[in-house]
Amino acid sequence: MTDTYVNPLRDASDRRLPRVAGPCALVMFGVTGDLAQKKLLPAIYDLANRGLLPPGFSLVGYGRRDWDDEQFTDYVLESVKQRARTPFRAEVWRQLAEGIRFVTGGFDSDEGFQALKETLREVDETQGTEGNHAFYLSIPPAGFDQVIEQLRRHGLVDKSKNTPWNRVVIEKPFGHDLASARELEEKVSSVFNSDSVFRIDHYLGKETVQNMLALRFANQLFEPLWNRNYVSHVQITMAEDIGIGGRAGYYDGIGAARDVIQNHLLQLLALVAMEEPASFEAGNLRAEKEKVLAAARAPINLKSHTARGQYTAGWAGGQKVKGYLEEDGIAPDSQTETYAAFRVDIDNRRWAGRPFYLRAAKRMPRRVTEIALMLRPAPHLPFHLSDTEQLGANALVLRIQPNEGITMRFGAKVPATQMEIRDVTMDFNYGTSFAESSPEAYERLILDVLLGDPPLFPQHTEVELSWKILDPILDYWADKDHQPEGYAAGTWGPASGRAMLERDGFTWRRP
Amino acid sequence: MITTLKDTTAQGIQNAIMAARESVGAASGMVFTLLVDTPAAEYDEVFDACVEAGREHPSRIIVTTDGSAKADRLDAELHIGDEVPGEIISLRFHGEVAHHKSSTLLPLLLPDSPVIAWWPREAPEPVSEDPLGSLAQRRITDAMGSTDPLGRLLARAEGLAAGDTDLTWTRLTPWRALLAAALDTHQAPVVGATVEAAEHNAAGLLLAAWLGSRLGLDAAFVTSDGPGITSVRLATAEGDIVLERGDGKMATFTAPRTPPRSVALRRREISALITEELRRLDTDKVFQQSMACLASNVRRNNGGA
Repeated sequence: MTDTYVNPLRDASDRRLPRVAGPCALVMFGVTGDLAQKKLLPAIYDLANRGLLPPGFSLVGYGRRDWDDEQFTDYVLESVKQRARTPFRAEVWRQLAEGIRFVTGGFDSDEGFQALKETLREVDETQGTEGNHAFYLSIPPAGFDQVIEQLRRHGLVDKSKNTPWNRVVIEKPFGHDLASARELEEKVSSVFNSDSVFRIDHYLGKETVQNMLALRFANQLFEPLWNRNYVSHVQITMAEDIGIGGRAGYYDGIGAARDVIQNHLLQLLALVAMEEPASFEAGNLRAEKEKVLAAARAPINLKSHTARGQYTAGWAGGQKVKGYLEEDGIAPDSQTETYAAFRVDIDNRRWAGRPFYLRAAKRMPRRVTEIALMLRPAPHLPFHLSDTEQLGANALVLRIQPNEGITMRFGAKVPATQMEIRDVTMDFNYGTSFAESSPEAYERLILDVLLGDPPLFPQHTEVELSWKILDPILDYWADKDHQPEGYAAGTWGPASGRAMLERDGFTWRRP
Repeated sequence: MITTLKDTTAQGIQNAIMAARESVGAASGMVFTLLVDTPAAEYDEVFDACVEAGREHPSRIIVTTDGSAKADRLDAELHIGDEVPGEIISLRFHGEVAHHKSSTLLPLLLPDSPVIAWWPREAPEPVSEDPLGSLAQRRITDAMGSTDPLGRLLARAEGLAAGDTDLTWTRLTPWRALLAAALDTHQAPVVGATVEAAEHNAAGLLLAAWLGSRLGLDAAFVTSDGPGITSVRLATAEGDIVLERGDGKMATFTAPRTPPRSVALRRREISALITEELRRLDTDKVFQQSMACLASNVRRNNGGA
C-alpha cells in the first residue's frame, strides 16, 4: 500500500460509513471445538450480515474430520442457525457459502498443510482473496508450536512481506508462567511480525475496554476521585456460577489464577489504574498499560495476602452440585484452585498504599465481573454516630458483566426520619440507555484482525509483565504443596479469602 | 401498561407518566425524545416502527396525529413498560389545538437530552422551520416515503439546515461502504462513474451526486427497470469496478484482476434505517455536500434540456 494514496470516497467526517474488511481468507484450526461452534462461526455470519465482510472472502476449516467442503458448509450452517445473533438471510448465507472450504489433516500432517496451501491458492484465484490470509488457532496451547512450525515450513507465511498479509490469532492461556510465555513468544515471533499477532482474551471485549476509556477520560466527574486521596482500595471480582463442566482436561493443573487472573483481571487492573494515554492509538494505550503493570507487584507478605480455595459439594442456586474433586476427570488429590484471591500493590504516585484486591472463582452464588473503587470515609461526619450507623463506604462500581454498566453508592437521608442516613445506589446500564446491541466481542475481534487494526489486546510485553506479578504467588502456592481450603459450592469463597481483607480493615463487597 | 387520557393537557400527561412509572417501577434510562408526526391513516404502521425504534433506543417517543373531532381538544395514550424500554406517547390533536402542537410538546421533552423529529411520510418544507421541527436538533425525513420522492429530495436540498437528514441517504450506506472498500483495494484513479437505477430514482441520483462530489467528475445516471438502484460502475485505467444488483437482494461485485463475487445487498427495512440514523446525532457533512451536488446536477440538466 502506498502512503500517499487517499481514497476519494472516504472522508473522516463521513462517520456512518463502516470499514469493510479487504479481500482475505480466514483459516480456522479447531473448527469442531466448542468455541468455534458457539461463537466464532456465528460471529463470522453476523459480520457478513452487517455488511462488514468483503465480497472476496473465504472461510477455510482445517481439521482431522474426513469432511468435504459440503459437509463443512452444513456444519457451519447449523452453528449459524443456532447461534447467530442477527436474523438468518438466505442471500447473506449464499455469499458466505461460496467461499467455504475444508481441508482434512492433523497438525503433524505434511500432506494436510500442503493441501491447505493448495486450497488457499485456489480461493485466491476463484474467490479473489488476493493472498491475504488470517490463521485463527482455536486449539489447545499444546498445538500452537506444531501449527506455527507447519505454517512456516510449508511457506504459508512470509514474514518479510506486508502485502499480501498473514496474521495469526491465538487465545489465552499465553503460557503457564513467565518462562513458558517467553518460549511461546519466541516461536510465534520467529514466524509472524509482532503486529500480525492477535492475542485474544474473550472475556475482555474491545467494547468493554473502550467503554472504560470513555468513562475515565471523557468525563470530568470521576477523575478527581481516581487516586489514593479518595480511594481506600479497589476490588476486582470475576465470579462464575458454573463449575468446571467439561473442561476438566484443560482446567486441572491450571486453576483460577492462571485461567483468568493472569490475563483478564490484570488487564482490568491495568485499565483502571493506568494514567491517561497520550492518545487512544494502540501503541500509546499499550505504553500506559505496560507502565502500570510494571509498577504493580505481588504483596510482600504472601501468607497474609493471598488465598486459594477449592469448591466442595453443595447446593448452588437451588441445584445439588459436585465438589471439584468429584468432577469427572479430576484426580481425587488435585491441588488446583478454583478460587484465587490476592492483593496487588501499585508503587506509583497515584496508587501507593492503596491495595487492589483481585479474586476469581468458580461456583460462586452468581455470575458477575466488576471493579469496585471503594472510597475513603468522609473526613468528618457532622452527625450523631447512630445517624450514620447504616452508612457504608461510598463506592463507584464498574460492572463488566452481566448488564454492563456503572453503579454509584452513596448515603442519603431516609425520608421522614429525624436524621437517618443509609446507602442508596444510582445505576446506569449500557443496555437500557443504548439498546443498540453491542457487537459480540468475537465479531469486533475478527473484524479487527481482518482490517489489521492494531489490537487493543495485550501484546507480549504485557503478558510477560502479568506473569511477573503472578509468578511469585504461584511459586508460593506450589511450595506450600497442600490442599486449597474448601468452600461449599454456591458460596462466596473460603474463610481465608475474607480474612485476607479483614487484616487490612476491609471486607469484600457482595457483588 | 396503557393509559388513555381524554381531553387532557401537557400537565395531565406528565402526571399520568409519573403515576405509570411508579406503578411499573421502572427506572428511566431514556436517552432522547423522538417526535414523530404522521397522518392518521398511517398511524398504525408508524406506531409499529416506533415500537421497533424504541426497542433499539430507549427513549420517549411522542407520536402526533391530527384528530377529526369537532371540539378543540387533546387526547393522549401512554404506553409505558409493556413492549418497549422507554415510553410511547400518542397524542391526537383535535380542532384549534392542532395549530399549537409545540405548546404541548415543549413541556414533554426530556430534560437535557437531544430531541429528534421524524416524518415517516410527507414532511413540511423546510423542516427546520416547522414548529415541530424547530424543537429538534435532528430532523429525519424520508423522501422515498412521500408521493414524489425526487421532488421532495430536491426541495429538501434547497432548504437543508444543519441536523437535517433524509432516509434516502441512509439507504445508500451499504452501497457506499462497498464502493469505498473497493477503492481501498483498487487504488487506481477513477476516471468515470455511472449509476443505473429505476427512472427518477431519488436514491440513485443521490448516489451519483455523492460519487460526483467525491471523485470530482460528472457521474452519469442511466435509467433501468429497477428495482431501485441496479448498478454502479467506476471506470479506472486498470478496468471497471462494477457492483450490480438486479433483484434488490443479491449483488455481484466485479473488479480488475479479481473474479466476480456475489455479495448480499438487501434493501433494508425502515426500522434498520431509523436505527442507523439515531446512532449519530451530529451533522452529516458528507450528506450536505452530496445534496448540494444533487441540486446543482438537476438544475444544470433541466437548464440544458
